[in-house]
Amino acid sequence: MPSFKIFDIASSGMAAQTVRLNLVASNLANAETVSSSINNTYRSRQPVFAAQLKDALGQRVDKGQADEAVGVEVLGVVESQTPMRVEYVPSHPLANKDGYIFRPNVNPIEELTNMMSASRSYQDNTEVVNTAKQLMLQTLRMGQA
Amino acid sequence: MGSISFANALGIHPLALKLRDRRTELLASNLANVDTPHYKARDIDFRKVLKGVTDPDPALGLSLTHPAHIDIDHIPKEPPTLYRIPAQPSMDGNTVESEQEHVRFGENALQYEASLNFVGSDFAGLKTAIKGE
Repeated sequence: MPSFKIFDIASSGMAAQTVRLNLVASNLANAETVSSSINNTYRSRQPVFAAQLKDALGQRVDKGQADEAVGVEVLGVVESQTPMRVEYVPSHPLANKDGYIFRPNVNPIEELTNMMSASRSYQDNTEVVNTAKQLMLQTLRMGQA
Repeated sequence: MGSISFANALGIHPLALKLRDRRTELLASNLANVDTPHYKARDIDFRKVLKGVTDPDPALGLSLTHPAHIDIDHIPKEPPTLYRIPAQPSMDGNTVESEQEHVRFGENALQYEASLNFVGSDFAGLKTAIKGE
């Protein structure tokens, strides 16, 4: 019978893609949040994915020696280091004393591409869950009828 | 008259099921890690593993010289996993190609069902034989 591990793998993938989707939402929502200093400006946030490498006892291991079928884990979230968009708008209420405002380094096109990729991957994982579930049910019904 | 043994009645199918199951896990892992940098897609060469079971390499096989000897060739071993060679590797070192994995996953699910049916009908045959109707 398909093991329950497949559900863990698929759900870890779904969780990771959800984090990614959340970050895309956050980035797009804050794309136009202007501020008057570089340090206070919103920076684009991106997740860092890694394969969940664990040994037989469930301990995390370094590359190479783990079981081959693994899920995904989100190692963390990093802020993009690309430069802020600086604009000279002296009339803006948030402009600094030199007349500049700072816009987040969010690239909407990049974010939309990320969004599509994340939703596709999420769908793939739900499909895996569905198929595994069907196979399991059929296995349980084996020999009946 | 020999007795009915499950191993003889079911043949290769339970092993095939086990292999397909393992493959499902691997393919699910590939699909889950489609966006993980440096992840390398893996798979089992089903045909090779099955061939290793049906005709084991005679050079490596042990001969059974005593009735109490256990035939190790029929003990399923952990199948070796291989790395997929990508048609278009991505820049982050990931080698999962989701369309390919999709096709393989669907194919494998179907084959699992087929093996399941084979085992099921074998059981049905056994049942008929036992009942003697």
